[in-house]
Amino acid sequence: MRYSALSIIKNGLTGNKGWKPVWREPDPKPKYDIVIVGGGGHGLATAHYLAKKYGVTNVAVLEKGWLGSGNIGRNTTIVRSNYLLDGNQPFYEHSMKLWEGLETDLNYNVMMSQRGILNLAHSDAQRDAFARRGNAMLMSGADAELLDADAVRNMVPFLNFDNARFPIQGGLLQRRAGTARHDAVAWGYARSADSHGVDIIQNCEVTGFTIKDGKCSGVETSRGTISANKVAVCVAGSSSVVMARAGMRLPIESHVLQAFVTEGLKPTIPGVVTFGAGHLYISQSDKGGLVFGGDIDGYNSYAQRGNMPVIEHVAEDMMALMPFLGRARLLRMWGGVMDMSMDGSPIIDKTPIDGLYFNGGWCYGGFKATPASGDAYAHLLATDRPHETATQYRLDRFAQGAMIDEKGAGSQPNLH
Amino acid sequence: MIINHPLLGPRDASEFVHLGDATLLSRPDWQAVDAIAQFHEYLYQRDNPAGEYRELWYHEQGDRSWLIVTRNTITHEISAVELARDVARQEQLS
Repeated sequence: MRYSALSIIKNGLTGNKGWKPVWREPDPKPKYDIVIVGGGGHGLATAHYLAKKYGVTNVAVLEKGWLGSGNIGRNTTIVRSNYLLDGNQPFYEHSMKLWEGLETDLNYNVMMSQRGILNLAHSDAQRDAFARRGNAMLMSGADAELLDADAVRNMVPFLNFDNARFPIQGGLLQRRAGTARHDAVAWGYARSADSHGVDIIQNCEVTGFTIKDGKCSGVETSRGTISANKVAVCVAGSSSVVMARAGMRLPIESHVLQAFVTEGLKPTIPGVVTFGAGHLYISQSDKGGLVFGGDIDGYNSYAQRGNMPVIEHVAEDMMALMPFLGRARLLRMWGGVMDMSMDGSPIIDKTPIDGLYFNGGWCYGGFKATPASGDAYAHLLATDRPHETATQYRLDRFAQGAMIDEKGAGSQPNLH
Repeated sequence: MIINHPLLGPRDASEFVHLGDATLLSRPDWQAVDAIAQFHEYLYQRDNPAGEYRELWYHEQGDRSWLIVTRNTITHEISAVELARDVARQEQLS
């Protein structure tokens, strides 16, 4: 189905009764080539790339709830490729390029808006670290600009530049970064996968795996047994719970990350601004709400809600950086469950169980990775070889000593 | 969250730092034949349960004691708080 100005006017005049569902609701078939467990952004993207790029269409996506009920509908919509390490940055730049072509690829408006991301620097050390990071970004083919204080002042004059503890010295700017409408990303991928013949099965929880002699040949679900040549788990947030049903322990802890949105305001903040030294990032949605968040709460949680200390901390940071927002009223706040891995980087790999694949450990950075995660996972599933940008996302890298630790925090998930 | 400290009574969780799984208290034997595999499990692999979870909290903004808190990760409800040193001592004795 194509949308046009004419169809919107026509439906608007007839009570919007003419819209049809954009994907089917099929019953599960007894067997598929590939079963993807998890109908979030990454699972749906995997299905899309499997079908469209790698020609594998006998695929089912199993979702416990409804599409977009997890972190794809809970994130703060930021898209960027500003990493340092060579295990990460080429992957995220691949993702960035896919984002730039996503609306054409899906023929769906995901409201991709390249309004830029500005990471603020408050010390010589942080400025030097940003210079290094910017160089790493440039070497991967991404864009990066190091700004001095005047350039930052020119761009976002409303910040508190002379805060005694965190004076603003400059920043690292990626102009191609920005935001995308998170729900639309899930819907666009779902519609595309469905139109290529992928069965998207909602309200279908995977309760177990059919594993015999070290080989996985299907899943047990709340809607019966489904056989598959390959089972691809993609359930970040609940990875440990689901993989435990296959008898596996993971280098992952689940933590809660909170997010906030204010009532709609006039255009105020031009892009995404991050205050890493204080744990705050903020952008403004197209509706005018300020969308912001801080750090994870720091304790294991599956509750999808957080606690007051972090809310207070984030509010304090906002007052420190943007005192003029002190009278903005909070409209909503919520929490999502993050797969915090032991080095802060994700995993896209085969497992020791033949036919069982794993994608997870996205920490609080899964949304921006959605296209590349889908593409890399589809590549792995279709060819049994890792995508060239995801070769370091191995499950056994902790045993091998090949961690990808952007922050150098060690195996302490609540510090990543 | 309020953590009911065994010595100090109810204290706000913001006074504490969360370390992780209480099993971190029992370090593997470094002389074991499979010590490398055991330390890999100890350092990197987690049960990460959805439900009851025993975890280490450090009372950094208080008396600097280590606590073992039994907490439900789905509801955040805390059902038991013990001094980590008491638990470690009991484990040594048994």
